[in-house]
Amino acid sequence: MDNTLVTPAISLRHYVLVFGVCLLLWVLLVGNLAVQELLAGVVVSALVTLLFGSRFGILTGLRFSPLVPLYIAGYLGYFMVALVRANLDLALRVIAPSLPIRPALVEVKTTLKSPLGRLLLANSITLTPGTLTVDVLDDTLLVHWVYCPPGTDMQQATDKIAASFERHIGRFLL
Amino acid sequence: MNLLGDIFLLIGGAFMALGSLGLIRMPDLYNRLQAGTKAATLGTLAVLLGIGFHHPDWWAKLLVIAGFVLFTNPVGSSTIARAALKSGIEPVHGGNRKVES
Repeated sequence: MDNTLVTPAISLRHYVLVFGVCLLLWVLLVGNLAVQELLAGVVVSALVTLLFGSRFGILTGLRFSPLVPLYIAGYLGYFMVALVRANLDLALRVIAPSLPIRPALVEVKTTLKSPLGRLLLANSITLTPGTLTVDVLDDTLLVHWVYCPPGTDMQQATDKIAASFERHIGRFLL
Repeated sequence: MNLLGDIFLLIGGAFMALGSLGLIRMPDLYNRLQAGTKAATLGTLAVLLGIGFHHPDWWAKLLVIAGFVLFTNPVGSSTIARAALKSGIEPVHGGNRKVES
């Protein structure tokens, strides 16, 4: 299997996407939909897209299909649940007088190939129960685990830490 | 509405407090980072949600703030952990459950 980082070529779709993200951010920051504001937003977004679109390679891994918003929503929902669980888990460990931790550094393999996909996976791992991404080397993530069960190998660690997130992220990113 | 906002502000504060407790109790840098990152992220989100209930017309800006916090907070922690590892700070390894804190 080819494990190198893949950054797909920049196409017209990519520019449209960058423009859309810029405009969305503009509208959210302005906070209303007045025509004047929208026009200014379109001009600024177009300018930014023209100037920096070709260097904004991180968005290129996105898949294009009508279901993508649904998948992103699904991922966000799953992620929020994991974030709350992570905090409760950590709170219990911190409060418990015996401090039940068994920290270890483990390696996790990923099948995601795009830069944004790996960034999202690393972020997700950092914010989920008991794990913190320390380093990303090609397709291997070095993860610090607060409670590593005895005798865990790489495959088991991958299944436990990354597999479910990878499934969710893999639906909308390369 | 205001009561709901207050509740979320309180939850956020509680998570932040727990995170700080974690900072004190955990044995080494990596574990402390874990406690700090997660608590700070969820704490901030809960506080933003609470503010959202108090000022419903601010939701768009709060959403942007939440997005940036969610995206940058873990990257920052990851980078600190990476720098620590590269500068040779050894992580405490399993087995020894209670380490001098």
